[in-house]
Amino acid sequence: MGKKVYNLPLGGGSMKVKVKLFTTLREGRGKELMVELEEGDTPQKVIDILNIKKEDVAILLINGRSAEFDAKLAEGDVLSLFPPVGGG
Amino acid sequence: MYGYKGKILRVNLKEKTTKVEELDLEKARKYIGGRGLSSKILSEEIDPKVDPLSPENKLILTTGPLTGTPTPTGGRYMAVTKSPLTGAVACSNSGGHWGAELKFAGYDAIIVEDKADSPVYINIEDDRVEIRDASHLWGKVVSETTKILEEECAEKVKVLTIGPAGENLSKIASIMNDVDRAAGRSGVGAVMGSKNLKAIAVKGSSKVDVYDPDKLKEVFSKCMKKIKENGVTGEGLPTYGTAVLVNIINENGIFPTNNFQTAYFEKADDISGETLAEKYLVKREACYRCPIGCGRYCKVDDIEGGGPEYETVWAFGADCGVSDLEAIIKANFWCNEMGLDTISAGATIATAMELYEKGYIKDDELDGIPLKFGNAEAIIEWTKKMGRAEGFGAKLAEGAYRLADMYGAPELSMTVKKLELPAYDPRGVQGHGLQYATANRGGCHVRGYLISPEILGLPEKLDRFSLEGKAQWVKIFQDLTAVIDSLGLCLFTSFALNAEDYSQLFNAVCGTEYTAETILEAGERIWNIEKIFNLKAGIDSSQDKLPKRLLEEPIPEGPSKGWVHKLEDLLPKYYEVRGWDENGVPTEDRLKELKIITG
Ligand code: SF4
Repeated sequence: MGKKVYNLPLGGGSMKVKVKLFTTLREGRGKELMVELEEGDTPQKVIDILNIKKEDVAILLINGRSAEFDAKLAEGDVLSLFPPVGGG
Repeated sequence: MYGYKGKILRVNLKEKTTKVEELDLEKARKYIGGRGLSSKILSEEIDPKVDPLSPENKLILTTGPLTGTPTPTGGRYMAVTKSPLTGAVACSNSGGHWGAELKFAGYDAIIVEDKADSPVYINIEDDRVEIRDASHLWGKVVSETTKILEEECAEKVKVLTIGPAGENLSKIASIMNDVDRAAGRSGVGAVMGSKNLKAIAVKGSSKVDVYDPDKLKEVFSKCMKKIKENGVTGEGLPTYGTAVLVNIINENGIFPTNNFQTAYFEKADDISGETLAEKYLVKREACYRCPIGCGRYCKVDDIEGGGPEYETVWAFGADCGVSDLEAIIKANFWCNEMGLDTISAGATIATAMELYEKGYIKDDELDGIPLKFGNAEAIIEWTKKMGRAEGFGAKLAEGAYRLADMYGAPELSMTVKKLELPAYDPRGVQGHGLQYATANRGGCHVRGYLISPEILGLPEKLDRFSLEGKAQWVKIFQDLTAVIDSLGLCLFTSFALNAEDYSQLFNAVCGTEYTAETILEAGERIWNIEKIFNLKAGIDSSQDKLPKRLLEEPIPEGPSKGWVHKLEDLLPKYYEVRGWDENGVPTEDRLKELKIITG
């Protein structure tokens, strides 16, 4: 996908995935986005589209479950991306 | 002497005497200091069966060997006593600047005994120690008390005080220092109040000596580099404070909502660290020698002050169904002024809300706003009333367990050993739940923060629902935390540092010869003496449990839907890895190996 800038909705495929961004990842991108992906697309594809560096994502959740960058996304999934966070 | 100052100040409030005693260095090194050493001293000096609010209980305000040294976050002190809330050993930890100042005044710890006939405060200027009348301070809120003492004591004095809640013997009262830092949990403020001790003002002028300054410089640089480069300590915590957790915990579906009736809060982002930073943050604050600086200072209307922390945002927010961040900031402010633990105060109001909505608490006894989930006004008004023990507020001041018990529904209090649970639903984090059930001070998150591996992936990612290996993880985290607390460092350093780093800091400052392995063993030793105190106090493994709701009612919605906590499957393994018998009692062999008993 390269660095092409998309008009909303991002992506252009037939499968809709909601992306939630947190803390610094929101800067210039917003809190919540809909991306349209192709069957078999992955979180890696999403961060490419959003121009997010892999190393800036510390925690990746699909529907609230920890997942990997190469997981297969499905229609209606919610992808949450966090930079390193902690507290207590 | 290196690290330690070598002196303990003993104050008897009844006799009005003060005495300086020599620190037993061998014992200190064995139990590290702070939490460890003082739990040992407490075990030796009081009968664990004493009434916590009687003159026979003692209050130990204690520093660690690294407190007041140039180590990262080396400024902590702890309040060690028998808890009036739980009946177990209490050790509440706080930052700010008071702890370091106590070291500069020349003391490793203060042991407060008996009870004054009328309100007093202790004024310390190096070796000049006075017990002074405090009748003019009694009833005053924390900021006012601090201001008065700053005027009448030495210049740049550091003040530790209780608020009205501690005076009223609220079982969830905190001890406050530097206005907005809290030794929050277990009702330690009530112990101070029961002794008629309002405050301790300290001014010191000495330094803490370091055994090997060159080595310390080297270890310090290494640790600072790790802290700066770590995403959590170098960026997340400094920028957003602890409330940065709101969204991640909610996205995992473990953000307890409406008194743990569910675990996903629709409006979490309204009360998140991001929103706090965007709308209300005035400035950041850091404790003594802290390179992280997670403290917040916020302003709403005419109210401004330190906080709120993640736990507070949760307790008054999601747990009470409240999404109004301004109201949460105000409730936090009033907790600090009244000297109330924010977790316990918020969680107790949440329990009251469930009791009210289910018809246990009736309108005619409620001399204030209805206690309904989502009512932002209620959290502010009831916090104030709780602090002053006014009307129905007096019942809230007893804490969630006793409140629910008054209505014959103790199972509606989300507590372990009567301590209100913090902001993570254990049904979706199995290891963390085991830690709640087994923590010596009761339902607490900072005795072994399994959220770190189970949610944040630090130091490595664990499957949060899996039971495998969790007992071992809990043990190691509990032991390491005992080390960090006892050294006088902040637990948040552990996102970046490990046991080896801590042992090196300790050795450079004190000339000890600890390794990663032996320092963890010291942590285990500390854990075991706390456990023995509890057993002698009558708190046995029958209290290593979780509220029924969390064991039997599956989370009804969200990403952790369908899960309950599987404590029964985890507990036997935990006792086994601890080297305890099947009843959760430390075996003689294990105690010998840990050199707690000899022979
Ligand atoms: S990390 Fe936060 S709580 Fe810990 S010492 Fe620093 S400012 Fe204080």
